[in-house]
Amino acid sequence: MSITTLPDLGPVRELTLPSTVERTLANGLTVMAIRRSSVPLFELRLRVPFARADLAQSAVLTQTLFSGTADRTTVDIAAALQSVGGGLSAGADPDRLLVSGNALVTGLDELLGLLAEVLTGATYPDEEVSTERSRLADRIRVANSQPSHLARKALLRRIYGEHPYALQTPEADAVLAVESAGLNELHAARVQPAGGTLVLVGDLDPEEAIAAAERALAGWTGDGKEVDLPAVPEIGPGPLTLVDRPGSVQSSLRMALGAVPRTHPDHALLQLANLIFGGYFSSRWVENIREDKGYTYGPHSMIEHSVAGSTVTVAAEVATEVTAPALLETVYELGRLATVPPGEDELTQARQYALGTLQLGLSTQAGLAGLASTYAGFGLRLDYLATHAARLAAATVDDVARVAAEYLAPSRAATVVLGDAAVVEKSLGTLMPVTRVQP
Amino acid sequence: MLPVIRHPVERFTLPNGLRVVLTPDPSAPVVGVAVVYDVGIRSEPQGRTGFAHLFEHLMFQGSTNLEKLAHFRHVQGSGGTFNGSTHFDYTDYYESLPANALERALFLEADRMRGPRLTEENLRNQVDVVKEEIRVNVLNRPYGGFPWLKLPPVMFDTYPNAHDGYGSFEDLESATVDDAADFFDKYYAVDNAVLAVAGDFTVETARALVERHFSDVPARRAPQRPDFAEPDLTSERRESYVDRLAPLPAVASAWRVPNPITDLEGYLPFVVLAEVLTDGDASRLVERLVLRDRAVTSVGGYIGFMGEPFAVRDPTAMLLQAHLPPGGDVDKVLRTIDEENARIASDGLAPGELARTQARMATHLLRDTDSVLGRALQMAVLEVQRGAPELLAELPRLLSEVTEEQVTAAAATLVPERRATVEVIAEGGNN
Repeated sequence: MSITTLPDLGPVRELTLPSTVERTLANGLTVMAIRRSSVPLFELRLRVPFARADLAQSAVLTQTLFSGTADRTTVDIAAALQSVGGGLSAGADPDRLLVSGNALVTGLDELLGLLAEVLTGATYPDEEVSTERSRLADRIRVANSQPSHLARKALLRRIYGEHPYALQTPEADAVLAVESAGLNELHAARVQPAGGTLVLVGDLDPEEAIAAAERALAGWTGDGKEVDLPAVPEIGPGPLTLVDRPGSVQSSLRMALGAVPRTHPDHALLQLANLIFGGYFSSRWVENIREDKGYTYGPHSMIEHSVAGSTVTVAAEVATEVTAPALLETVYELGRLATVPPGEDELTQARQYALGTLQLGLSTQAGLAGLASTYAGFGLRLDYLATHAARLAAATVDDVARVAAEYLAPSRAATVVLGDAAVVEKSLGTLMPVTRVQP
Repeated sequence: MLPVIRHPVERFTLPNGLRVVLTPDPSAPVVGVAVVYDVGIRSEPQGRTGFAHLFEHLMFQGSTNLEKLAHFRHVQGSGGTFNGSTHFDYTDYYESLPANALERALFLEADRMRGPRLTEENLRNQVDVVKEEIRVNVLNRPYGGFPWLKLPPVMFDTYPNAHDGYGSFEDLESATVDDAADFFDKYYAVDNAVLAVAGDFTVETARALVERHFSDVPARRAPQRPDFAEPDLTSERRESYVDRLAPLPAVASAWRVPNPITDLEGYLPFVVLAEVLTDGDASRLVERLVLRDRAVTSVGGYIGFMGEPFAVRDPTAMLLQAHLPPGGDVDKVLRTIDEENARIASDGLAPGELARTQARMATHLLRDTDSVLGRALQMAVLEVQRGAPELLAELPRLLSEVTEEQVTAAAATLVPERRATVEVIAEGGNN
């Protein structure tokens, strides 16, 4: 006898949060360690505040941090990392420098030692700086031929105006002008322990891991300076920004709306509203423009948090010939949720998804490490997830309707389209005023 | 000593032919469910390029007891995530969920194993969606399909191995509901499938649930998988094409490797060699081409056109690919690669070079098994292709046992006469 109806869910298990051991070292670095013994590895995330650091210098610094110390070359460092099954890499955004790594858990001391060695003694050799800035310039050239990158740049310019967030990636010529001396100065001024957080997650004893971090990193000292960013400006709606990309076979459609930070009482509600709108596959917008109309492959809408502000970003790559119809449906779905309360079933489904994926995110070493590190960057700890889960659980249809009206109203959205302007401008102009700009 | 991790593995076959792998792990309250069918790009019919992938989309469009959209809503409404993907030799469907949704996922997979709802409307809708997928990933971006779609037609001569696995728009638009029904009947037979479940459950409970939901899926026999073998190259092949969006020249070369399934011992040294050549700044080709000569801006090496060494059948290849600075000299890069391979073949490896490469490979392998879904997917494919899901736990050890002599012997086979190369002519100069 085959089963023809959906089985019920088993009993819901309470969200269990991993216990975190935390200590702030004498040098001002906060270290957190979490045991998850699923595989004999560990994950490392070091987050250092990096607001207002020069974009081009930051980018080259991330590519040359492991390029040499007094005692070792690039190749020496890479080989030493490999020998414990390890790897380290660095990245920067307008808020922070992030060093990420992992290794066999037997290599914890070695990896921390190598990290300490570059943090206290990276030399940024001329030869390596010259190689890496050229490679970075090449990658920027490639990025600038990617529609998604160009659309994001245009959207950031549009919504952030004069704010430092308006420009988040350097151009090739700026990167090619970076010299070793500037990197050493930036490192001395900003790659400092105070205000930073180190997260270690894996098959380790948390107390011992923190002790190992303290032994390795005690010599990393210096005066960090606190650098603040102004709050992000309110997003101004205004005309659609059309960026011309002649011959493009798709248009990159982007909309941005102001959002609230994780700690705001409306955040859980906005997360639910965003899910119902377009934040997961089973959302109104995805079911409409993909599963009903076939305009696009992977539309998504997400809440992005930065230290100075949060944003809802709506993104879809749509066939050139349906650019305006796709925008129409997007505005329609935003407007429908902002003006008519969602169904109870829609809320239940979105809530289950938010709670379930939270558990999935905590179920791997890398997931835990990433979440703990990101939260730390916003002054939060993983136990905040319990508060968040309780807010998700308590949300009502009326609550979601209220935040949708407040945050997801299409009248508040900034809209950017990157595409073949000669083909799409006229039909887009039937929906809203259009301003054409060069990329 | 390399660490190992061993999750218990329980295998059984239902009377209808469904092979099942269960691997319990109570360390987090989540489960991963994977169903893998032993059919992929190589099996799609002539004149129907891209059909295996299009059909994968149709498996999400409703099934015996489920309307269109129901699958997505039930998985996500249970707190889970889902997807599917089409490869050269297999197609997978999978979910990650909180553990209390295990039975739902089994119901959903069993329901579509009985049969998808194939309608003209859904087919036309998904042809449109797939065309947008191809535009995003291939047509509207630089290096689209490089090299996984561009190199097989240079290296191979027969349709199954050489054709465009994403498909031409013409073929996709010609696809019919009858084609889809035939494809399902032929290749989505129960005995062509493996179900793997990893995560927080007991074997007894999971086995009972699997039997409950899958036992009465009607048995059908899949056809014998054809032999897709082709002879090795005996002279160099080289082609190029213009990419009007790409700002940098690029090149990829491939050499045939031993049969991954029937000659694992002969195959593993190539898996290690690819990492010796390209893993990190201390690897041979990065040190030489990127750091010393500055002849390339990036270089990578891997096995199989999709880079999954333990999820591909014969014939397959080891690939090396590089992006060059503007105006870079592709011939010189190829000559340097030959030189470095010959150097390994004649001089062997440096002290510690092999061991450190193997240590890093162990980390990558273990890390890929940390999520319950990663474990379920990999075990399902290993069961389908080798009848050996437990191989997943053995791989770090097996790779650590590859010797320097084996690696140098592998390097000696990477000669220009056996090489297929495709070069990207960059015509997308910007700034």
